[in-house]
This record gives sequence, C-alpha cells and structure tokens, in this order.
Amino acid sequence: MVKLTVNGRVHNLNVEPEMPLLWALRDELKLMGTKYGCGIAQCGACTVHVDGEPVRACRAKVADVVGKKILTIEGLSKPGLHRIQKAWIEHEVPQCGYCQTGMMMAAAALLEKKPKPTDADIDEAMTNLCRCGTYARVRKAIHAAAGQPAGKKA
Amino acid sequence: MTLQADRRTFLKASAAVGGGLALEFSFPALAKPQAKAAATEVNAWIVIHPDDRVAIRIARSEMGQGTYTALAQLVAEELDCDWNKVSAEFASPNEHVRRKRIWGSMSTGGSQGVRSSQDYVRKAGASARQMLVAAAAAQWKVPAAECSVEKGVIIHGPSKRRLRYGQVATAAAKLEPPKDVKLRDPKDWKIAGKPIKRLDIPDKVLGKPVFGTDVNLPGLLHASIAQCPVFGGKVKSVDSAEAETMRGVKKIVREADFVAVVADNWWRANEALKKVKVDWDFGANANVSDETIFKMLRDGLAEPKLAEARKVGDASAAMAGAAKVIEAEYASPYLNHATMEPQVCTAWIKPDGFVEVWTSTQNAEASLAAAAETAGVPLEKVEVHKAMLGGGFGRRGAPQDFVKQGVAIAKQMPGTPVKMMWSREEDMQHGYYRPASVVRMKAGLDAAGNIVAFEAKIACPSILALLRPEAIQKGIDFSAVRSLNDMPYQIANQQVDYAMKNPHVPVGFWRAPGLQNAMYRECFIDELAAAAGKDPLDYRLAMLKPGDKNRLVLEAAAKTAGWGTPLPAGVFRGLAVADGFGSFTAGVAEVSVKPDGTLKIHRFVMAIDSGHVVNPDTCAAQAESNVVYGIGSLYQSNTIRNGRVVERNFQDFVLPEISEMPKVETVLVPTGGFWGGHGEPGILSFAPAVLNAVAQATGKRVRTLPIKPGDLKKA
Repeated sequence: MVKLTVNGRVHNLNVEPEMPLLWALRDELKLMGTKYGCGIAQCGACTVHVDGEPVRACRAKVADVVGKKILTIEGLSKPGLHRIQKAWIEHEVPQCGYCQTGMMMAAAALLEKKPKPTDADIDEAMTNLCRCGTYARVRKAIHAAAGQPAGKKA
Repeated sequence: MTLQADRRTFLKASAAVGGGLALEFSFPALAKPQAKAAATEVNAWIVIHPDDRVAIRIARSEMGQGTYTALAQLVAEELDCDWNKVSAEFASPNEHVRRKRIWGSMSTGGSQGVRSSQDYVRKAGASARQMLVAAAAAQWKVPAAECSVEKGVIIHGPSKRRLRYGQVATAAAKLEPPKDVKLRDPKDWKIAGKPIKRLDIPDKVLGKPVFGTDVNLPGLLHASIAQCPVFGGKVKSVDSAEAETMRGVKKIVREADFVAVVADNWWRANEALKKVKVDWDFGANANVSDETIFKMLRDGLAEPKLAEARKVGDASAAMAGAAKVIEAEYASPYLNHATMEPQVCTAWIKPDGFVEVWTSTQNAEASLAAAAETAGVPLEKVEVHKAMLGGGFGRRGAPQDFVKQGVAIAKQMPGTPVKMMWSREEDMQHGYYRPASVVRMKAGLDAAGNIVAFEAKIACPSILALLRPEAIQKGIDFSAVRSLNDMPYQIANQQVDYAMKNPHVPVGFWRAPGLQNAMYRECFIDELAAAAGKDPLDYRLAMLKPGDKNRLVLEAAAKTAGWGTPLPAGVFRGLAVADGFGSFTAGVAEVSVKPDGTLKIHRFVMAIDSGHVVNPDTCAAQAESNVVYGIGSLYQSNTIRNGRVVERNFQDFVLPEISEMPKVETVLVPTGGFWGGHGEPGILSFAPAVLNAVAQATGKRVRTLPIKPGDLKKA
C-alpha cells in the first residue's frame, strides 16, 4: 500500500512503487484530466504539481511522491476556477484541448514563482508541446492571468 | 409517429442495452440523458426543452477546429433562439443508421465540416423556426405572418402576446415540416459570423473526461498493442510466458497482425507487452529504406508513359522555343500526424451481442461500419460514442485501424469493456503518413521573363490507392497532383504528369493532402521570378486574372505585411499563394537566419478568403494552428529503414515549442457567395512563403525537406 495525497485527499493505493504517478492517477484514482502523450517526459501533457513544482507524472514514480502534496487539474479548479483557467476560457486557448490541462498546470506553477513573467520566462517554463498550435494564446492568457494585458516583452 | 417518439424509442432501447451507465461519462452526447425525456425533438437537429434550452445535434467531429460550435451557430442563427440557452451534442451514429442517415455525412475531413453541411443545417434551423411560429400562431388563431421571433420568443405583433419556444415545441414537432424555407442573408447574421466562444472549451479547461482516452466504465480493462515493426508484417509466433505472470495481466491477445496485452491498468499492460517475445514474419519489405523509396519515385519520373494530369497547349514545343529554361527537383519526406492523443478505442461486446464503442474518430459512420464488420454484427447492433478528439489532422478518418483492433481485442474478452490505447512509439511507427514525394518542374521563359511553358512530373504514393481506390480516375490521384494541375497562373502551355508509385509505407490524408505540391510550385515560381529579375509579388500578379480570388488574397497579405517596405536588418520576406479546400490563401513570412543556420520566423501574415466566415475567432485560431503545423513540417521527417519507421517518439520527431511561435496575423477577406474551409487551406502557403524568405535571407534555395541542422549555415 502506498499513501498518496492528491488534491487534498489521502488515498491508499495497492500499486507497485515504480508505477508512474500518471497511471496511478488515471487508472487507479480515475482522475482523467492528466493526460498521456509520450511517456518520456517530453510533451508535458501529464504535468501535475508535486509540492508546488510542475512535474511530468509519466516519469515520476509513485514511490517518489509519497508524502508529497499532489495537485492535478481537478484540484486546480477548487474551490473556484483558477485564474489561469479563467484566462484560458477568456482567450479561447484550447483547440483540441488534449495538452491543455498539462499546459495550464505548468502555467499555474510559473505564476507562483514569477507573478509577472516576461516572454523569456514563458519560453523557459512552458516546455509543453501542443500539436494544434495554441502557443500564441497560451502566452497571451498567461500574461492576462498575471495582470499584464498587453504582454510584457523580455 | 413523430420523430420525438422515435427518439424516445431509441433512448429506451439504448437504456436496455446498458444506457444506465451513461452517467459515468462527461461525453457531451451522454451528459444529459435525464433531461431528454421532457424535451421535444422539433426535427433531427433540434431538441427544445420546456425551459427553452435548445440542444443542437452535431454530426461532424470536433478535433479543435471549432466545427462543433460553428454548426451550432448556423442552426441557432436560422432558429432565432437565445444563444445563451444553446448546447450542442453529438448525433448518435446508431440512431443515424436506423434513421436512414438523417444527419448526412459524419465524415470530418477535407475542411468540409461547415462548408458541406451548412446548407442543410441552416435549413433545419429555419424549418424548425417556421414550425414553432406556426404552432404559436395556431394556438392564438392568428396568421403566422403576424408573428415575429426574438431570441426564442414568438411575438404576435398586433396583440403583443408572447409564447416561448419551450411552450410550443411539442405542438410544433407534430406539424408537417415546410417544403421550402428561405435562408437568412449572411449580412443579416446575428449569431453566425460572430466570434462567439466555443462551446467545448469550458469542459476542456476543467479537465473533464471528454476524450477517447478518458473513457471509464465499471470493470474496464486496458490494452496496449504491438504491431509488426515492418508495415504489413504478420505474427509468426508469440512467447508470452513471462508477461502472463506479471501483475494485473488478464489476457494476451494474438491476432494475425498484432499482439496486445490486456491488464487492469494501462501501464501494466504496456510493461507486460514489452516482455512478450513476438517472432514476426516481416514479409517482403524488410529491406525497404528511404534510399530504395526515393529511387522508386525517381525511377517513376523517368518512365516514358505517365498518367496525364493536365495538358494545356503544347508545353514541349513552347519549351523548345523558350529564351531560357529553368529546371528544379523538389522532394519531401513521410510525415506522421502525431496527434497528441494516441489512437484509442474502447469496445464492449455485450452479452446480447450489442457492441458499444467509444473512440476519437473523424468519421463515426466509418467507425461504426468497422466495428460491425470486425464484430460480425449488423450495423444496427453497434453504437459509437463520439468523444472529443485529441487532435485529428486526417489520422482518425479513413483508416479506422484502431477501431478494428479495439473491437478485435474486445471480442476475445466478451462481456468486458476494454480500452485499447497505443503507446506513443506505436503511434509514431504505425501512422498513415503524409506521402513522401519527388517533383521535377521545368519552365520556359521568354526574353521578358514570362513563363511560356510549364512542365511538372510528380512521383508520389497514392493515398486514394490505399484508402479510396474507387476515387482514382485514369491513373490520377487528385490529392497527389493538386496545386500543380490546377494552377491559377495564366500559362499558355502546361504539361503535368503523374507517376503513381506505392511503396509499402501506409499513406493517409495529412492536413491539406497534396500541400507539398503547393510548396514546390510556389518556391519554383520564386526561382523563376528571380531568373526573370522580377519581384515575386509582381511576377505572380502578372499571371493572375483580374478578379481571381488568389489575386485578392495575395494583395491582402502583401498589403498587411507591408510588402516592399523596409525591414529590420537581417529580416527578410517571402510570400506564396495557393487555393484549396474551398478557400484561397496567401501568406507573407518574415524570417531571419543566424550565421549558424538557425531559422527564426518572426511574423506570418495569412490572408484567407473562405467566402463566408462563421466564427472569425475560430478561423484565426486555425490560421495560427496551420502555422505551427507548418513549422513542424519544415524539420520533421519519418525516415524508413529496414522496412520500418526509425523515429520513435517526440525526442526524434520534434514538435515546435512556444518559443518558435511567430506573430501570426490573420486577415479574413470573405467575399461571399461560396463556402470554403479553414482547417487546412492556411497551411498551403506557409512552407513556401517561409522557404522563399529563407532564400532571400541566405541565397540558398531549399528544395528538399526536412531542413537539417546546418543546412542554412552561411557558407
């Protein structure tokens, strides 16, 4: 049994310690907002927060996150929509939307560290991949959520 | 019997076969079953609730292109309802079969979603409006002509009486639909034509389970699949002894051309799959490589008798008399769609033989047919629950390989729902790739630099030969020759020939099929402009007829981009124009190339004339999308070695990142009178505009993709 704290709730899971967190979330806890895209920590569709840090859940072993606070997209919107989610809706960021939950988790973590990110900060932090090409709107929405409506050049 | 009763019968029937589980999902089609009993189907497209909520049925798929919302806008526009009360839901493919294809085509490709259903969905809205008004007028015993509608409220002008759509929907549904309806002039649109927020975005932002991969069912098992690395190969023997002992493993499925592991968690299934030893019969293609494929294509170009794709005048005679002859060979590689959501299909063979499928599909009818055929049941015994697609780009339409596999696996686990999802590696190596191609072009210029003769020889694997062989005409696959055999340029002598060469690598409809030709053509035109000493814009305009919409978009893009005006040091422009998928597009790129060869695209102006625009914001998003998809196509490739794809994942099939995103300016110039697409046309002009700018920046003409590191390095 491993004990995982996800979105403020403690879960006892009977899983292998080497199971990636992604598959504990999706197939054991049925939290489907965190996506599989590559399994090799390249695309970031599985980004969650572990103790506030953005982590690619496809490469984080369950054993390594025991006792840590895990936040997924389902927890980000509680109690109300996160300002990143509000900005995502306002600026119509998603297209297919598959990578967007990971994208928003990465963006939310960025704003915690850098409340007023520059474009260079965004380029560095937002390594998530999007095949639909939402990048311009991702940037715009991050600036908007940070209260920088016009966007801030590096 | 009214349609409503038919719908209720269907709901009862589906409840009997397991609809009780519908509440497990957030899939739009399944989200509100409890409310449906009280709602009225006014016609197949429109369901109205007593509280005036309107559910609009959508037959096409949603993969991020915005069709789900655009079609709802068109229906709502004619229906004259309150947009704030509109929701959309997917039409049921099973019901579609039983109601004799009442929703028309469900296929979602070729940028057809809006343009080829706009007429009948608008008529459905207008027809329902007329029936609702007639029902109110009958209740008031007044002529319908005295009634008007404001946001779903019918008003009798003389008496000022009002009835809401929700109050008369049941009566309206019993009326005979009008034979003919008048559609609104787009200039009077209030809901269509506006940048209305997409209906699917809030659920996606919340992370709700809306994608095919998100299906969850009681007792659901998971499968990961391995197909023969060499396309077309078969399973010879399987040693699954170790895998069978692994935790969570329920079954090893062996089919003729794949092996799958079914387990209680996808990761366990995939880990166990790695331990299954499969001896493959690679077949005849284990030695095929890029070298042999490109040799096959070039040998094709040299064959004496090719299929004629276009003949105007006498190109060879005109060529002989030309003052100058320019020749060039262009080529590009195979490319995977690389949808972010891998191929996925959940299938469940019920005890009574009914088959339920959940999948991310661009063509739910094709999915249903594939499922029925694989399961060996009639079409009526299958339901396909349409999920939102985690990207499509053409991958999830015609082939339906993933549905056949999902159902084949479920057949071996009767009574148990199994969700089969491909690993990224499987997805990368078992696509239906954009065809590799080689094109040789030759142009004769007169003394003034005008093109007097144009010849193109195209060697390209045929998508139709694999996926729609009946559509091949006189040896021509239209998707392999377009943009070269239908040039808008006024050239008196043209000869275009096609060599259909089909290596064993599966090819498919990849966003704007045939777009390589637009790139080759527009780059070659720039080469000819350079040889003629002419400005690329002037050179093109001189060959385009007045009134040609290619001319209009080219001028619009050039004007917005400031063609001919000074640029910052080191920044260069290039342009291109192309039409396709019902629309006309032109692009102007601004790029710089560092001494080490690093290419930076600073700005891209894209002008599009799609006739009408249903949602300008979604169209702008598609322009941005086409730019990013296009950037990837400059440096991506799928390489063939030993009969298989070399690239495995995103570390060697690299996707553009946020830092590569240029400033995209979309210029919508709808001229009315026709309906063009937006999902694909924008990409046609992207690569050639960029490569034309690169040629300006470096003096190097890129004729072969992908661009490799160092290719653009200053010599």
